[in-house]
Amino acid sequence: MTTAARSVGIVAPQKTLFAEPLLLASGASLPSFELMYETYGSLNADRSNAILICHALNASHHVAGLHAGESESEGWWDNMVGPGKPVDTERFFVIGVNNLGSCFGSTGPASLNPATGKPWGADFPIVTVEDWVDAQARLADYLGIERFAAVMGGSLGGMQALSWAIRYPARIANALVIAAAPNLSAQNIAFNEVARAAILTDPEFHDGRYYDYGVKPVRGLRVARMIGHITYISDEQMAEKFGRQLRDGLNFSFAPEFQIESYLRYQGEKFSEYYDANTYLRITKALDYYDPASATGGSLSRALAPAQCRFLVISFTTDWRFSPARAREIVRALVENRRDVSYAEILAPHGHDAFLLDTAQYHAIVRSYLGRAAG
Amino acid sequence: MTISTRADFSTIAGWIAPGARVLDLGCGDGSLLAYLRESRSATGYGIEIDDAGVLASIGNSINVIQSDLESGLAGFEDRSFDSVILSQTLQSMRRIESIVAEMLRVGREAIISFPNFGHWSHRLQVLRGRMPVSPSLPYQWFNTPNIHLCTVADFDAFCAEQRFRVDERVVLHDARRVVLLPNLLGSLAIYRFRSS
Repeated sequence: MTTAARSVGIVAPQKTLFAEPLLLASGASLPSFELMYETYGSLNADRSNAILICHALNASHHVAGLHAGESESEGWWDNMVGPGKPVDTERFFVIGVNNLGSCFGSTGPASLNPATGKPWGADFPIVTVEDWVDAQARLADYLGIERFAAVMGGSLGGMQALSWAIRYPARIANALVIAAAPNLSAQNIAFNEVARAAILTDPEFHDGRYYDYGVKPVRGLRVARMIGHITYISDEQMAEKFGRQLRDGLNFSFAPEFQIESYLRYQGEKFSEYYDANTYLRITKALDYYDPASATGGSLSRALAPAQCRFLVISFTTDWRFSPARAREIVRALVENRRDVSYAEILAPHGHDAFLLDTAQYHAIVRSYLGRAAG
Repeated sequence: MTISTRADFSTIAGWIAPGARVLDLGCGDGSLLAYLRESRSATGYGIEIDDAGVLASIGNSINVIQSDLESGLAGFEDRSFDSVILSQTLQSMRRIESIVAEMLRVGREAIISFPNFGHWSHRLQVLRGRMPVSPSLPYQWFNTPNIHLCTVADFDAFCAEQRFRVDERVVLHDARRVVLLPNLLGSLAIYRFRSS
């Protein structure tokens, strides 16, 4: 059937300039923009085997493989994408793309504003999921892909797949919507707001113009990441991994004593080294704003009416950030529209992060679904 | 992928109009829906709780929704299917009355098949003092998933009490229709009914 799964190997990102302006949902317009992307596998003669992978909050175009000379540079969905893997690059031409407003090479707040010759910083517009999808469609045009065999993603990436199905129904054969929701709950928005508040109140944020001062609001970013991390893991998993374990006893201080404290601090520290605060603010806003039903009087069913593709919706039992109940709302709206949809609820202890892991049933479902997907 | 067919499939297919929308409760590997897709161009969904069944259904290109039937059919609108099918699953369900009511809410008609406990071989084994084991009831008392076994006569009485209009009733044994003494000689019963 398939060869033994292996890595796509050494990969190199590419960057393309789009000189035509992009009108954004906010009414603002980007005069031009660049997108950073990677591809794996090869496009077939009739250009029908392309799969677009959409990333979530902190990830990038680097989905699979390694960057030359960087031993720990494995792509963020390397367990999913590669030769013989569920998204099999021997069969599919897979594209990973970095979204607008991000900080991994596509045009974002740290890029130079052509009007001023200085970094956009606070002036970079707030972009939405729909804006990302429109920019991705430009990349598809550039690569000569009229119709994707599939668009897929987890979390915020799943929202982009859903948005593709609505905005470009003729350009997508399958949407894989994983660990996603049709919109954020008040609780989800609340967590994002705490994260943003941590950044906005960092004295080194300088209203988003911190590049001009040669500093970064790293304290705010750390706290933002710590908050995020709490929501990515289930209570059960946190209890199992950390419990009340101490590093070396109580010493009646505020230094990290519990293992969970040092874990969160480590995650926050690591993140603040590579991530941009202005990007974090914008990506959390894109999450908060995403609500396709808002355009159809609150009816998700009517919002999904234009969609024509087949859907695979997947949720994870312990994901409390985007719970199975939220995924079932998507399924229900698709059933109301009589669309082809399959739904799997994966028994996994990990919480939201499960979409990045390789639970056997989860990967088998994706493999089997794509195995049958129209090429 | 080979698709297994069960004895009730062709009877059920005979009741499905070409192009009908069907909902198959407890669809297993999706083989009934695949059969109805090929023989009747039927469309619709299967519901399955078991991971292996969901995976196999996806492999059979069936629209499958992983869900527990015992919690009802909340994700489905009233009268949204031509037929709602429960094939050889009734006997393992806990709340029979509520699932049948749900079937008749989302579908214009219900099709239910179940093993006939009244078959003579089952009666004989009970007379001899043992729980029946047969091709249609292949489990031992200690490992059976079947908790609500009934006879053809029981299901007739149930339909009468619930005021269902039974449009068809077919009783089979060894894939052949049993017309004479069906509750004694039949091992598989298939009903097609609606609210009256």
